[in-house]
Amino acid sequence: MAEPDKIKTEEFLINMGPQHPSTHGVLRLLVTLQGEVVRNVEPHIGYIHSGIEKMCEALGYHQIVHLTDRMDYLSAHMNNEAVCLCVENALGVEVPDRVKYIRTIFSELQRLASHELWWCVMGMDMGALTTFFYGLRDREKILDIFEETCGARMTLNYSVPGGVMFDIHPNFRKRVKDFIKYFRKKLPEYDQLLTGNVIFQERTKGIGLLSLEDAIAYGVTGPSGRASGFACDVRKHHPYSAYPFVQFNEALDTAGDTFARYRVRITEMWESMSVIEQLIDNIPEGDYAVKMKGVIKLPEGEYYQRVETARGELGVMIVSDGKKNPYRVKFRSPGFSNLSALNHITKGWKIADLVAIMSTLDLVIPDIDR
Amino acid sequence: MAFSIYDFSTLTRAIHDGLAAHLSPLGVTAVEWVLVGLVLIIFIALFGLFLVYAERKVCAFFQNRLGPMRVGPWGLLQTIADFIKLLMKELIQPKRVDKFLYNLAPFIVIIVPFLTISVIPFAKGLQAFDFDIGIFFITAVSSVGVIGVLLAGWSSNNKYSLIGAMRSGAQIVSYELSIGLSLITMAVLAGSLQVSTIVAEQSTGWFIFKGHIPAVIAFIVFLIAGTAETNRGPFDLAEAESELTAGFHTEYSGIKFAFFFLAEYVNLFIIAALATTMFLGGWMPFHVGHLEGFNRVMDFIPPIFWFFGKVFAVIFLIMWFKWTFPRLRIDQILTLEWKYLLPVNLVNILLMTFIVMEGWHF
Repeated sequence: MAEPDKIKTEEFLINMGPQHPSTHGVLRLLVTLQGEVVRNVEPHIGYIHSGIEKMCEALGYHQIVHLTDRMDYLSAHMNNEAVCLCVENALGVEVPDRVKYIRTIFSELQRLASHELWWCVMGMDMGALTTFFYGLRDREKILDIFEETCGARMTLNYSVPGGVMFDIHPNFRKRVKDFIKYFRKKLPEYDQLLTGNVIFQERTKGIGLLSLEDAIAYGVTGPSGRASGFACDVRKHHPYSAYPFVQFNEALDTAGDTFARYRVRITEMWESMSVIEQLIDNIPEGDYAVKMKGVIKLPEGEYYQRVETARGELGVMIVSDGKKNPYRVKFRSPGFSNLSALNHITKGWKIADLVAIMSTLDLVIPDIDR
Repeated sequence: MAFSIYDFSTLTRAIHDGLAAHLSPLGVTAVEWVLVGLVLIIFIALFGLFLVYAERKVCAFFQNRLGPMRVGPWGLLQTIADFIKLLMKELIQPKRVDKFLYNLAPFIVIIVPFLTISVIPFAKGLQAFDFDIGIFFITAVSSVGVIGVLLAGWSSNNKYSLIGAMRSGAQIVSYELSIGLSLITMAVLAGSLQVSTIVAEQSTGWFIFKGHIPAVIAFIVFLIAGTAETNRGPFDLAEAESELTAGFHTEYSGIKFAFFFLAEYVNLFIIAALATTMFLGGWMPFHVGHLEGFNRVMDFIPPIFWFFGKVFAVIFLIMWFKWTFPRLRIDQILTLEWKYLLPVNLVNILLMTFIVMEGWHF
């Protein structure tokens, strides 16, 4: 028999990923455990690195847009828009109001689709498998709207420098309005199924606290940052496209825990719907694009544009030397900064909490690796 | 040979007499044992497969889907096809496992439901063994299963398996208490540990109606603890796929995995059957006071249908839990048991004893 003081406890090192159900992609976490308690989390990234920034240096500005779909594939339109806005601002092109409206409606639809998918996956990570099908059911409807107008469901490629690729489909207005009407009825269902559940609240309230100072220090933006009280909504503070024309509230919370991050996203879905409702009936007539040259050459200099994707602030930095290809392109992806806070907020919690926290950070791995 | 669907004892007696006419008493016993074993094995295998199908259908309907539809009518043959596939799969044994324990674990897990199922009365006279300590036997035997789970996790040489097994060990050992205590509560009301007596006691009214509030509390506690015992959601954290990939059976494949899988569903049946026997009147039909006509109609439905009807109702309830609730965390599961269910249960036993002593039950 071993004497009690001779029993040795050891820390336990496990590899979560790159193939693991809850890392949602090929993220690898080196987790140090003491029993069930997480002592350290070391994210290892790069498993799906596709060299997008480097490839951009060899492509023209029309072509770069197509690559950005593949970064954060759940906010494909916002990524496209970021590059287009950056190029347009550099050239001093003023796009028609119609384009601004269409782009904003698309962004908000995309945000709804992304948050719906996040909600399904969040539930699934917490063990409530039924949420997955509720969320996908509603997301399909948005993807159908996308498909009708631009022919693609995920990698939209809809925005091009100077406007959008095609005019909206004649059914677009009606279908979007139908969807908003439908989803206003369905969103409370999400609350009934998951938000109000006692087990869910016990699992999320007070877990994985991220203070305002830490959120700013780690550069955690988007819903995850706003849940800590970090007013960082680019749509509100540096409005672009049609956001200056609409009224909406920035979803803010001060708790900074997993539940706050959850609640902020649910609130954002309501806000997105209201933004779309304000715009959909007022899409002005006009051209859907301004004529751009076949080969775009940006004047020499550095250009920066930021947009709010579903995950946070996406920045596009283009350095041009006046040629038809950019000299350097850098994307400031929200997922990368959000992931950097993971170790800080999971220390001392349990494995189950690690999974829950990771789903509220809403990581998309290609967005991190690029 | 007289056979009545209302009373199986005539059938079993006829078989016994028929055998006794040709064989020595020892031979009769041996043949009867083999017969009973065969019937139970076939029943468990078929019922397990059916439950897997039922779960997939129920889950599909909860999730706006149709579930299996392609193999056979309404996908009825899907689970059989899956089972054949599992049988034919290669048995992969990872390196540096503890070979003996690794191979032993699935058998321990599958043996437990066989032992437990033998004392469950399916209908009048349809019960393999009728011990006078039936309830005690059930609680004793069903705790053996956790050894299989622990061994599986321990011997697999996999960190996820080990965490899953430790979770499962902590959870099952804790919830055994609640199951045992809620069964004791009902044993106090019945005044017997013999399963057949307990069912016979309920001919005048199911225990859940007879036993006032303590019986209802015991039933709720039993359902919660039973769900936890079978490692099902929201207590499925031994195999929480989003955390531990597949928990304690991560490294098992083919038929050994099928054993774990089958054992889970047969355990589900056993929990439902126990709930039926102890709380919902076993195979006794539903009677309402003095409504003679109504009671006659109820009596017309054979007991075996009553039994399975109630069992399926309870199984559906447990499936409903799984497909609705998120999973609990390990510390929350233990808190729920030790801080809430256990004290409630202890008080509940006292309450029930008091009620029985005063004769306040119906």
